[in-house]
Amino acid sequence: MDLRFLDALPSSEEQAAVDAVLGPPDSAWVGGARTEDDLRRAHGGHAARGQRHLLLPVLHAVNDRVGYLSQAALDYVCRRLTVPPAEAYGVATFYAMFAVRERPKKVMHVCTDIACKALGSDALVAELEERVGHHGPRGADAEVEWHHSPCLGMCERGPAALTLEAGEPPTYAVSAPATCEVLARLGGRAAPAAAPGDASANGHREGAEVGLAPVDGAAFTGAAEPAGAAAPPAGAPADASAEPPARTADPSVEPAAASPLTFGTALIPGGEPEPPAEAAVPQAGDPELVLLRRIGTVDPESLDDYRAAGGYNALRQAFKIGPARVIQEVLDSGLVGRGGAAFPTGRKWDATARQPDRPKYLICNADESEPGTFKDRVVIEGDPFSLVESMTIAGYAIGATHGYVYLRGEYPRALQRLENALAAARERNLLGTDILGTGFDFDIEVRRGAGAYICGEETAIFNSIEGERGEPRSKPPFPVEKGLFGKPTVINNVETLINVLPILEMGGPGYAAIGTGRSTGPKLFCVSGTVRRPGIYELPFGATLRELLELAGGAPEGREIRAVLLGGAAGGFVRGDELDIPLTFEGTREAGTTLGSGVILVLDDTVDLGGVLLRIAQFFRDESCGQCVPCRVGTVRQEEALHRMVNAPAGRRTDLTLLREVGGAMRDASICGLGQTAWNAVESAIDRLGVFPLEPAGGSGGTSAGTEQP
Amino acid sequence: MTIQDDTVRRTGMSVPLAPPRRLVELSIDGETIAVPEGETILTACETAGKDIPTLCYGDTLTPKNACRVCVVELEGARVLAPACSRKVEAGMVVKTDSERARHSRKLVLELLASSVDLSTTPRAAEWLESYGAEPERFGPAAAPAAIGERDKLHAGAHELPSGEAAATVHQPPKVDNELYVRDYAKCILCYKCVDACGEQWQNTFAIGVAGRGFDARISTEHNNPLPDSACVYCGNCIEVCPTGALSFKSEFDRRAEGSWDESRQTQTTTICTYCGVGCNVTLHVQDNEIVKVTSPHENPVTHGNLCIKGRFGFQHVQNRRRD
Ligand SMILES: Cc1cc2nc3c(=O)[nH]c(=O)nc-3n(C[C@H](O)[C@H](O)[C@H](O)COP(=O)(O)O)c2cc1C
Ligand code: SF4
Ligand code: SF4
Ligand code: SF4
Ligand code: FES
Ligand code: FES
Repeated sequence: MDLRFLDALPSSEEQAAVDAVLGPPDSAWVGGARTEDDLRRAHGGHAARGQRHLLLPVLHAVNDRVGYLSQAALDYVCRRLTVPPAEAYGVATFYAMFAVRERPKKVMHVCTDIACKALGSDALVAELEERVGHHGPRGADAEVEWHHSPCLGMCERGPAALTLEAGEPPTYAVSAPATCEVLARLGGRAAPAAAPGDASANGHREGAEVGLAPVDGAAFTGAAEPAGAAAPPAGAPADASAEPPARTADPSVEPAAASPLTFGTALIPGGEPEPPAEAAVPQAGDPELVLLRRIGTVDPESLDDYRAAGGYNALRQAFKIGPARVIQEVLDSGLVGRGGAAFPTGRKWDATARQPDRPKYLICNADESEPGTFKDRVVIEGDPFSLVESMTIAGYAIGATHGYVYLRGEYPRALQRLENALAAARERNLLGTDILGTGFDFDIEVRRGAGAYICGEETAIFNSIEGERGEPRSKPPFPVEKGLFGKPTVINNVETLINVLPILEMGGPGYAAIGTGRSTGPKLFCVSGTVRRPGIYELPFGATLRELLELAGGAPEGREIRAVLLGGAAGGFVRGDELDIPLTFEGTREAGTTLGSGVILVLDDTVDLGGVLLRIAQFFRDESCGQCVPCRVGTVRQEEALHRMVNAPAGRRTDLTLLREVGGAMRDASICGLGQTAWNAVESAIDRLGVFPLEPAGGSGGTSAGTEQP
Repeated sequence: MTIQDDTVRRTGMSVPLAPPRRLVELSIDGETIAVPEGETILTACETAGKDIPTLCYGDTLTPKNACRVCVVELEGARVLAPACSRKVEAGMVVKTDSERARHSRKLVLELLASSVDLSTTPRAAEWLESYGAEPERFGPAAAPAAIGERDKLHAGAHELPSGEAAATVHQPPKVDNELYVRDYAKCILCYKCVDACGEQWQNTFAIGVAGRGFDARISTEHNNPLPDSACVYCGNCIEVCPTGALSFKSEFDRRAEGSWDESRQTQTTTICTYCGVGCNVTLHVQDNEIVKVTSPHENPVTHGNLCIKGRFGFQHVQNRRRD
């Protein structure tokens, strides 16, 4: 191809950010200085175009450092990677975390999604409007801009917010539960003390100090627990230490070049330290746990600790029995995917291993963006080596030498833990060439998402990694045949992969003895919403919804569970009187609902269900990739109709018909699972919960209480 | 017609490079049809004499299967299948006119017609009527966006609707050069222009899809005007655009002044005189003036593609006449 570029030159900062990933340009062909040599050679062909897959990491590098992607920066990226500028622009504008206009270095993402909504994000957002200013774009001269965000995967301590600050290195602050006080301080308005000079050495201590300021009770009028305490509103474990080991260990800012870490270790001034990962695991320390057993008991940053706790025994076992037996054990275990589609993992591995085409790829899907899902974050933050070990085993079994973790862009601490774990494993030859002298080569690369739920769809991930827009491909062909770079690929969820460790430790049949007939093994549940002890729970398959909710302490005092959303926005609601549903794949299916990614989002009788449905509709409207008509336009019409129904009861019946008809076409004719499930939750709210009682009664016996707010 | 003739007709390949393919039998609306292996359901349907609507399908392009107006029901499948791209399999039971298939097609047409200006999309009106589509039921169309406004929309965020009006892609046309106009109020986002401009034909990559979801749009980098982009004005995007969103300036202007009249036009296919390649050009002439140039898709070498000279270099004919 004969690409045409602009004449704009990147700033030295922009160029440095790109060169930090790609190295300095070696010729004028790719944006370097012109030399005599350039006249004697051409630049192009497969080698030049073969770098396209670095587009997303490079865009991240510029965005991390400068805060946005200017025309000149994008142009330089295109020269370096031989990517047509129009395509790079299409990729850059696909992701919510990137901007192609100048903006403040600090961007705050405030979650307004379902669980946070149930915990008072509406009030928080209203207060922020007043104190920090209107949400949405701001000029570069502003200190901060803030946005409403879809679920940030911190639902157990909503309302959550994530602040990212571009720089060298970029920094972040997680606020959960977030208060207007802290966010305003992070935004720089209430923090005159946060002058650049203060930010470096004592930034962290100062953040902790101001974090003790009393919480403004008014921000939590809609929260689950009476306001006035700084503790998580729905009662997180009391032993949650406020000091994460990683951040107290070294409060100084390190130059990024020397470190394998993307983010700096200093907090954005004004932020509060994050509780450790185990704070999200109410059962932490329970000896019965299988998947979560190391969280809170083993230092997530220490490979030695991981090994001392039995880590890497499973990989040794795998090397002992060989790839074919590993696959056989996984087949025998009955393990099915935990990412939502429940496909048998052993069959996926087996089919990929059998493909003659080479190379083969392994992808760990850690894009975790289904509203209400946060298990993968907790696993990676609390036990990252288990994922590294499991992926090594999976790579060994299917014959892959290269694995990717596609990690959600909004997970800075998980990224940090994973980067640390990968570096440690490489250092000990647990990754790299000739692992432990077995002759097996395998390495893992982290690819960060950039704010697109659709990129969790397996084929959209391929496109995203390849540097294309994250649009799903049509199937067939399936990933086991033609996946990443057109090669046979296994893609599995984080939770699916870490189940491989107990499978190898217990043997497939031993593992299969846990759980019920068709749902084997332990399962993680993401319990959030208006429940006393939200968090990640591990139970063997077979427990009922009631048993799980009892473990989580049930609804807060004096409240009643009105509805539980199973499986997230793509899942469905059940009523508070249907808690005897067994939490198995077959049990939920029989009950006409789904387990999905393990979301158990509880809504008590004070939650505005109409508002929740509007949020779900907004989510799908925002997250549709736009490729196919039923989903691209259908999600818009669904949201419009719901607004009419919630706001103006007149004309409901026609809108109900309209919703059903649009929903039917989305389900039947959309390309991918996003469009196909975009109407599930709304449909179940109508049919099961009876949210719009004007409709002629269906067979579901739903309660008839109106829920729309006046 | 033999299989090879058929291949020639559809692909323009005059020299069969592979041995004749095995025939596959499938059932379409109860009738058994045999088509060569590797063919699409759409071809099988055409063979069976079924008229399946298509929009994003292009006879010279790899199916993108984005519009979903061609969906058919497959027995045993959870969801409907796009006829234009799904390959036939032996024993497939296809229903082209089932309740489900008709429902989805009708909805796709309604969703499009309620958000996009389909006034120049061939057959759109006919299909809307035959499927009983009522795009008005989504409410009155929202006011059009100002020029460039949709191009600024950020992924993952939108202004919450009131439900009073139906969101659309309506916006003023982009007229930034003398040769052709981009009227994205008529764009159904079929990706065909992007594929034609990019790796499937032109290899120029002047345009891409930007943004996400309902706010996705066809754009040059940074929405820069076409003359500042990589565009070489081959017009191969216009050739494949199924809606008239992309059109010759000569057509656009005549439509604007109300003098565009296809019934008064003749089409003459001849050979471009500019260079030795010898591409076929079809001159559309109205009132003794060339009003647009297309190129036959069946041409085995060029498949409907031209360069700027063949596509737009016709003014001299008229200029000489005026001298
Ligand atoms: C819109 C959409 C989003 C998805 N997001 C995720 C995700 O974030 N994480 C995940 O593991 N699977 C996600 N999936 C499911 C994946 O497509 C795929 O089925 C899964 O990663 C396979 O892994 P498993 O077999 O281990 O479950 C998503 C699917 C769709 C349709
Ligand atoms: S269903 Fe939605 S998300 Fe999936 S391909 Fe279609 S438009 Fe994209
Ligand atoms: S005229 Fe040619 S180069 Fe220009 S956008 Fe269309 S296809 Fe691309
Ligand atoms: S401009 Fe035409 S060809 Fe391009 S996407 Fe829109 S409708 Fe399709
Ligand atoms: S973090 Fe807010 S809903 Fe999940
Ligand atoms: S014509 Fe088949 S999907 Fe568009």
